[in-house]
Amino acid sequence: MSFFPQLPSAVATRQRRARLSPALRAYQYNLLAYKRTWRGSVTTTFLYPVLYLAAIGVGLGHLIDHGSNQAVGGVRYLWFLAPGLLAGTAMQIATNESTFPVMAGIKWLKTYLAMLAAPLEVTDVLYGHLAWILTRVALASGVFLAVMAAFHTVPSGWAVLAFPAAVLTGAAFAAPVMAFSATRETDQSFVVLYRFGIVPLFLFSGTFFPVAQLPGWLQVVARCTPLYQGVTLCRGLVLGHLGGWDALGHAGYLLAMLVGGVLAARVTYRRRLVQ
Amino acid sequence: MSQRPRGPSDSFRHGPLAVSTSDEGAGDSAGTAVQAQGLTKRFGEFTAVDAVDFDIEVGEAFGFLGANGAGKTSTMRMIACLSPISGGTLQVLGLDPMRDGPQIRSRIGLVPQDDTLDLELTVRDNLYLYGRYFGLPRKQLRERVEELLEFARLTERADQRVDPLSGGMRRRLTIARALVSSPSLVILDEPTTGLDPQARHLLWDRLYRLKREGVTLVITTHYMDEAEQLCDRLVVMDAGRIAAAGSPSELIEQWSTREVVELRFEPEGHQVHGERLADLAERVEVLPDRLLLYTDQGDATLDAVRSRGASPIAALVRRATLEDVFLHLTGRSLVD
Repeated sequence: MSFFPQLPSAVATRQRRARLSPALRAYQYNLLAYKRTWRGSVTTTFLYPVLYLAAIGVGLGHLIDHGSNQAVGGVRYLWFLAPGLLAGTAMQIATNESTFPVMAGIKWLKTYLAMLAAPLEVTDVLYGHLAWILTRVALASGVFLAVMAAFHTVPSGWAVLAFPAAVLTGAAFAAPVMAFSATRETDQSFVVLYRFGIVPLFLFSGTFFPVAQLPGWLQVVARCTPLYQGVTLCRGLVLGHLGGWDALGHAGYLLAMLVGGVLAARVTYRRRLVQ
Repeated sequence: MSQRPRGPSDSFRHGPLAVSTSDEGAGDSAGTAVQAQGLTKRFGEFTAVDAVDFDIEVGEAFGFLGANGAGKTSTMRMIACLSPISGGTLQVLGLDPMRDGPQIRSRIGLVPQDDTLDLELTVRDNLYLYGRYFGLPRKQLRERVEELLEFARLTERADQRVDPLSGGMRRRLTIARALVSSPSLVILDEPTTGLDPQARHLLWDRLYRLKREGVTLVITTHYMDEAEQLCDRLVVMDAGRIAAAGSPSELIEQWSTREVVELRFEPEGHQVHGERLADLAERVEVLPDRLLLYTDQGDATLDAVRSRGASPIAALVRRATLEDVFLHLTGRSLVD
């Protein structure tokens, strides 16, 4: 009995193989793996936005709106908060997905190594994973925007563009964090990254209150942070009060981070995976 | 064995797994699966593989024997196009690993030392997803996966997660996975390390079957019995160099006597007895717990030992094995 009875000729097989770009094959792995394990991420993707908007937006917002809402631009606090949370959530999900899963790819599950033993290249592995992370961000951002609409916090038609803006915010974090993760030996550094990077950014980049509330020098720092760009961009689009040049400036900043991150990740991935 | 259709100018004619290379310029290396000359791998100052030469013929099982750190895995990784070469030349399936890496990898199956399985996914999904890396069409792949499950005797576990599987099952799954693209060359890095005897024998059986199908096998191991069982030819590596090359029987013939007499005395007597009996054998080795006499006539040598009045506590005549060759060539001191 032969072990390979039904296979057509290798040449025909190879022609068919060429159809799917290699990076897409790496992406597909994540997609299929997610189909099997998606339940674990339901809370972060679907439940958190509802909880946050309900607790802080509606609950805390009620108190603020009864005082003076001049500080938040004269809109309801929930309107102010929601797009900020949208950008903040994009950042968090992007960072989550570009730290531990990258370590898993390299060390824990070694899925990257399995891909590299197949005919994939380092850049395929990188782009495939990055594309997958952005899919996760897009999924979460889409759900978040839908929840925002359900809370009646989407006054402007420009809000449609807040979706790509949120994904761009995620991308701006994902790429450099992937580059960083590929240089790490343990997941200890991820805890540090969260404690001293992501959490302060989340709290002080204009997500919950305008950066104008900060003392002078901190305002400058806050305006330079990447999440501030994402928050301002998303909020401006959702509320429809953003100037075109401002929007381009914020988007350009995020895009530069994405490109710089990808270039860095190409180097760190290759250094780590090809020895 | 069934015959799969093959192109008219097929250069690899050794089995149903053979892959047509007519469109890939196999050139004059038809019949040679891997060709290395002066192959070198350096990591900074450290030279892991030091200018080795070897040819691996299509359809043979070729072994790399060596202690940990001898350079086996580095050599494997270069052949599998996972690690760029630092010097010399290397051709795999007639192609250049530095230039044609993905093309070569699409035609080889790699069984790495560590199983790179996704523990959270099922056995079947692991096979299926790996097949997708090769861009295999879904329908064809699904059929292929069922065959491989059968081959690896994992059909009943197909829908279980990998996590709770035993080491032997995971190893079989990793081997099955490496076969998903019907490779003409399969590279196995220590395929049976850490497995129990039953699991090892089952794996060996599966590897025999592959060999019968005409698949070229490249195996690293530090188990001598595995090398003797599986390999047509092998090289013994030591400190990045090739210390000896040949078939298992050739190596034994060249580097050892036909038989070995093992004698056990009171431990403190081994050195003295070793000197007294030195002229009875081609070579005498004194170990802490026994004395080894290398000779072509084991029984006659043992008689001679007894006629000298030496009375060992235990005596054993056995055929020389690859292990004797290996220890002779690479020494008995611990490497790490």
